[in-house]
Amino acid sequence: MAKQSIVPFGPQHPVLPEPIHLDLVLEDETVVKAVPSIGYVHRGLERLVEKKDYQEFVYVAERICGICSFMHGMGYCEAVEHVMRIDVPERAKYLRTIWCEMSRLHSHLLWLGLLADAFGFESLFMQSWRMREKILDMFEISTGGRVIFSVNRIGGVLKDIPPDMMRDFLSRLSDMEKDLRRLTQTFLTDYTVNTRLRDVGFLTKEDAISLGAVGPMLRASGVAYDLRTTGNYAAYGNLDVQPVTSNIGDSYARCQVRIGELFQSMDLIRQAAGKIPEGPLAAPVKGNPNGEFFMRCEQPRGEAIYYVRANGTKFLDRMRVRTPTFANIPAMLQTLKGSQLADVPLLILTIDPCISCTER
Amino acid sequence: MAKLKRSPWLLHYDGSSCNGCDIEVLACLTPVYDIERFGAVNTGNPLHADILLITGGINSQNQAVVQQIYSQMPAPKVVVAVGACACTGGIFKECYNIRGGVDTTIPVDIYVPGCAARPESIIDGVVQAVELFQKKHEEFMRRHREEKHHHDGK
Repeated sequence: MAKQSIVPFGPQHPVLPEPIHLDLVLEDETVVKAVPSIGYVHRGLERLVEKKDYQEFVYVAERICGICSFMHGMGYCEAVEHVMRIDVPERAKYLRTIWCEMSRLHSHLLWLGLLADAFGFESLFMQSWRMREKILDMFEISTGGRVIFSVNRIGGVLKDIPPDMMRDFLSRLSDMEKDLRRLTQTFLTDYTVNTRLRDVGFLTKEDAISLGAVGPMLRASGVAYDLRTTGNYAAYGNLDVQPVTSNIGDSYARCQVRIGELFQSMDLIRQAAGKIPEGPLAAPVKGNPNGEFFMRCEQPRGEAIYYVRANGTKFLDRMRVRTPTFANIPAMLQTLKGSQLADVPLLILTIDPCISCTER
Repeated sequence: MAKLKRSPWLLHYDGSSCNGCDIEVLACLTPVYDIERFGAVNTGNPLHADILLITGGINSQNQAVVQQIYSQMPAPKVVVAVGACACTGGIFKECYNIRGGVDTTIPVDIYVPGCAARPESIIDGVVQAVELFQKKHEEFMRRHREEKHHHDGK
């Protein structure tokens, strides 16, 4: 047996925008084991429910993570709405769907950029982020914020997308789509990109299921599992959603699935814009919640679970989030086993890690 | 801004932020905002860095990391606290694991407000940091010359 050595990776590392620490056990250049240690971003925000009332907590829930901030806010709101049996107006549900899909677009473009940066393709990184700015412009026009929006409230949403703004957004999206096809073509067919992504970090279908992988990580291993198809939240029940999958299971497949989802999100925004009804933006909220609910939704990184338990006062008993990155860490450790040290940053990125969600 | 003589290098560390400010710091480096036009380059190595951008507050786990990164940076150095959490602890101030803003652990020179801090205000903070860095550098070199003179005099 070759001599083993341990290389610490992180928490501060050039490829990581966020801190996570891994102890990599190496035999020569090959990783035989990776031991994670987390907690660098732990704030303990779940216990803030004791100090902020259930309506104020929407703003804390949004700040679980700045990338999926809209979906975190929405997930929490929908959980409380179910507990309080509030009928959310249809228009609010559609608006939530549109903002959800815009979040997915900006999140996946952000990831594509970081991925390009991880394998040293600087111009591709810049191009991806340039495209992402166009989505952020749309967010800024419709909500006023670029990354934290605060448009969700218990019972509905606070802002509207009027018809002329919607038309403007749709034309912006079709302009973007052409550029996006060119950009993603580079990711899918370029020789350099292919050499770095193909046959790296395999995750079999069986492993993906038994390790509890979620989101694009799971779908890239050939499992068609997407919570949007259940139609249980926002307006997804009225839209036609087909999960994007790939049977390959390597890093290239994960890239392919996320690129497929970019175009899927654009399609869903168009579908929602065509079906959105007129009506109020929010239902009135009376009294305090009493009861408990599990809310599940599909974030860009996978399935997120929100648990809310209320006791009839304005402060919740418990609020718990299970975030997609947390579920994907065992699968990531599996892909790291047997990989080369030089591929480690890339493999960590292929799960699209969001540490601030994971540690809250 | 008229006469910038140096190109200070930036290091970004995520304290315990929600990611919102982090992606805005990264957005500053990309085409639309392009912070590199002020001569600032992003680096991942504390030993290369002159300006430290920290997002998020300090918690018990990252305190030692922040201290270590700060001590690894060569003098003179400038620290910019980006976002409400880095300034004061922000919305998470009452969380059990948050000790407060970055200034509870290391000296902070420039505070950038906002939740999340907007790229425009981050750029403003960095430009001020570049100017401050220039001042600190002149002061540093003057003291260095004086010390050398004193030493040679003996």
